[in-house]
Amino acid sequence: MSTDSIDSALPILTAKDFASDQEIRWCPRCGDYAILAQMKKVLPTLGIPREDFVFVSGIGCSSRFPYYMNTYGFHSIHGRAPAIASGVKVSRPELQVWVITGDGDALSIGGNHLMHMLRRNMDLKVVLFNNQIYGLTKGQYSPTSPPGSRTKSTPNGSIDNPVSALCYAIGSEATFVARSVDVDIKHLTMVLERAAHHKGTAFVEVYQDCNVFNHDAFLYASDKSIKADHVVFLEHGKPLVFGKEVKKGIRLNGMHPEIVELGKGINEDDLLFHDEKMLEPSLAFLLARMRHPEFPEPMGVFRDVSAPIYDKLVKEQVDTVIAKKGPGNLDALFNSGDTWVVT
Amino acid sequence: MSSSTVVPPEQQQQPEKRREQLESVVIRFCGDSGDGMQLAGTQFTNASAVFGNDVSTLPDFPAEIRAPIGTIAGVSGYQINFSSEDIFTPGDFVDTLVAMNPAALKSNVGDLRRGGTLIVNEDEFEKSNLFKAGYPSNPLLDGEFMSKYQVHKVPMTRLTRDAVEGLGLSLKDADRCKNFFALGLVFWLYDRNRKSTEDWITDKFKKNPAVAEANLRALRGGVNFGFSTESFTTHYNVPAAKLAPGKYRKITGNEATAFGLVTAARLAGKDLFFSGYPITPASDILHELASMKEFGVRTFQAEDEIAAMSAVCGAAFSGAIAITASSGPGICLKGEAMGLGVMTELPMVIIDVQRGGPSTGLPTKTEQSDLLLAMFGRNGDSPLPIVAASGPGDCFYAVQEAVRIAVEFMTPVIFLSDGYIANGAEPWMIPKAADLKPIVIKHPAGKIDKPSPEQVEGEGTNGFLPYLRNEKLARPWAIPGTPGLEHRIGGLEKADITGNIDYSPANHHHMVQTRMKKVAGVADYIPLQDVEGPESGELLVLSWGGTFGAVRTAVRTAIGRKKSVAHAHLRYMNPFPKNLEEIVKRYKKVLVAELNTGQLRLLIRAKFLVDAIGLNKIQGKPFLVNEIVEKIDAILEGQTP
Repeated sequence: MSTDSIDSALPILTAKDFASDQEIRWCPRCGDYAILAQMKKVLPTLGIPREDFVFVSGIGCSSRFPYYMNTYGFHSIHGRAPAIASGVKVSRPELQVWVITGDGDALSIGGNHLMHMLRRNMDLKVVLFNNQIYGLTKGQYSPTSPPGSRTKSTPNGSIDNPVSALCYAIGSEATFVARSVDVDIKHLTMVLERAAHHKGTAFVEVYQDCNVFNHDAFLYASDKSIKADHVVFLEHGKPLVFGKEVKKGIRLNGMHPEIVELGKGINEDDLLFHDEKMLEPSLAFLLARMRHPEFPEPMGVFRDVSAPIYDKLVKEQVDTVIAKKGPGNLDALFNSGDTWVVT
Repeated sequence: MSSSTVVPPEQQQQPEKRREQLESVVIRFCGDSGDGMQLAGTQFTNASAVFGNDVSTLPDFPAEIRAPIGTIAGVSGYQINFSSEDIFTPGDFVDTLVAMNPAALKSNVGDLRRGGTLIVNEDEFEKSNLFKAGYPSNPLLDGEFMSKYQVHKVPMTRLTRDAVEGLGLSLKDADRCKNFFALGLVFWLYDRNRKSTEDWITDKFKKNPAVAEANLRALRGGVNFGFSTESFTTHYNVPAAKLAPGKYRKITGNEATAFGLVTAARLAGKDLFFSGYPITPASDILHELASMKEFGVRTFQAEDEIAAMSAVCGAAFSGAIAITASSGPGICLKGEAMGLGVMTELPMVIIDVQRGGPSTGLPTKTEQSDLLLAMFGRNGDSPLPIVAASGPGDCFYAVQEAVRIAVEFMTPVIFLSDGYIANGAEPWMIPKAADLKPIVIKHPAGKIDKPSPEQVEGEGTNGFLPYLRNEKLARPWAIPGTPGLEHRIGGLEKADITGNIDYSPANHHHMVQTRMKKVAGVADYIPLQDVEGPESGELLVLSWGGTFGAVRTAVRTAIGRKKSVAHAHLRYMNPFPKNLEEIVKRYKKVLVAELNTGQLRLLIRAKFLVDAIGLNKIQGKPFLVNEIVEKIDAILEGQTP
């Protein structure tokens, strides 16, 4: 490598370079802090200049996120971040664009945009902070709250059947779907990194603790003393095993997953092996359907496949036409069709 | 009559048929929505425009793609005024009506002037069609009815079937050619050259030569019918108009809007980003732009109106010339994201091709009832500039003006068009690209060096100040990818200069006032309002948008009768031109003519404390010239309001 190339190399960035000067206004011990910290760690590792990052968010506690990142940022309106980010990405495909959203923002008011972003496979990285509650409006149940949730707007318990963020994403045939937990620093970093490197829509659900209105909703998945029995970490090509002693596994019985004890005639080869590269989304969907407390909830990358990318195709169509017809000529356009001269 | 026996009229021995010269003629083709009336009208318009007439058109079609055949609900019409004079409207009354069935006759004959020419497809005047149209008996057998018009009963269905015989077409396909038979007959009647239509047919059906041949035969069949039957004793000639010298083409408002957008982006040295959701009557803008990719246009058909508007905010943030287009119902849905555009002070243009409302209203009919929606249809004090086009060709220039204001002032701009000018066509003098005024955009340059830690108090990160304003109160348009200018914007109230979130009372007061002042300041950079007619006097007629032609013609008529009337037609709806107040106060009375219940009048009264009178029509149709003339006369005769 010549010295020239060293001179022109990108400056080495650190997490500090991605911190803005704004005071962070999340509640004390909010799960959002942990996600912000991991994001600042991941971005400098990507080899992308800081000015080429754009963070777009909607409305909600999580959506304050862009203010705390020293990148280009757009804190927009409720539920519309996927659409705004799509405008950014279609007009500037070279930028790396992140969408920060929450369970209410993405799955309730913004459900339509979410689906269309996912099916188009727009090259956006989406982090959905799921805390199963409306925090900013002070504690109403959200579309992911479990049935029976007693909140300010559901004093007798909620009667909605909740939506699963990952089922929704996989149902929309998202090309990258993953889940992590705010406090599992290593795992979250890994998931964010993989999302950043995915080409196409990368959809990440993060279980995030709302310390004020829904504290410990995800204790089963975050408490180190118990979580081993309640989550199963997905690894591509490996069997689904879990439990404190790693003695339990998930086996498929027809189309139904079941928990089995290893030993007693059952070995790892009998278990379900994870295949995140499978184009057919049914297995990923089945995993996303495994919910606490009946099942350990899967963590990690459910699905990572490649498909044509919308914003790239838009640019390609334009480039192809220009290559074929040459760049547009205004005078030729004005004079197209039947013309006549008045003297 | 089959094509093998047809001899073109020009080669035949001419029987003695009279040829009269007329100044202008209004024709309307009407029939079932499956009868191809829009196509016949468009082809006649093309032929007349290429011939050199001034033309003005009024397509009028049902919202249903295919209403039940033969019913009034399914009637589609296309009116063309073609003239040797300068004309501004499609005409108040119809001189020649072509009615393809009883329903079309029933719903259109009221506009045919007494003694006018009525051409009907008599084959369709049978019992069930008469019943569907609500005729108790056949009007063609009614002596009193027949005496009002010069009626030509033409068995078009049968003659068309005869003309295409031997081509192996099904009866259904054969019948689909009868619009060209009707067109051919009218071509003969008005001495039009049918070449452009023949070329169009040949090109359109090049993959299906039998259909092409059938349509050509039907067209020639119609010409020959006029030429050879005794029913038609006279044909007419409308000489070319004395339009300003130059090269012309025909253009519709939606075409001109698309051309204007591509031009504005090119003049600004930018790529165009257009996001929309299909809606009548705005969809053609999306269609036009989607086929102009060689100009670097990126079109995004979004999942809904909200997404289309939101994507425009994102593209504007990214540095594109960002545009969306819709009609009233869609504009309502866009309201919140438009407010985001106002708050984040990003340049973008929102096109509203107005149609009859409220709600779904009259999707295919025109109205001017979104002016107040454009002015006030967002939460909070949310001002933005509004530009309204006055006619099809003017859309080209007015939409460029909207883009220019958007980027110069860093603000969303609403461009108002309407169904009448969007679908209507007129001759358009072709401009030269080199003569158009460039649009200057400056993005702040990036900073490579890291700023010192001791920034001025309150300065944003990196020392870049995203809300530091210039003399127009516009903030800098710093775009992603620029090193050192990383910054955050959003819908929350922000401090001036730094753009940091700021909820303090004094700051909000200041920022609301600043956004108002910025938009009001646009008045310093737009032309003063002009007036046609006397500089002061009895009556000023004020109008805006697509009513220009009718109002201008009416006022000229009144001036021709020595009345003390003047006309001011507004293009800039917000802010108004600086001299408008002074103009409206120079006349004893002010008449505001508009296709709504008085929206501009409300603004004029509120802003200038002038007791303006309204002329309001809310019928989904443009003004007739005569309606305005009558109102002017009534006011001047003291019968007000």
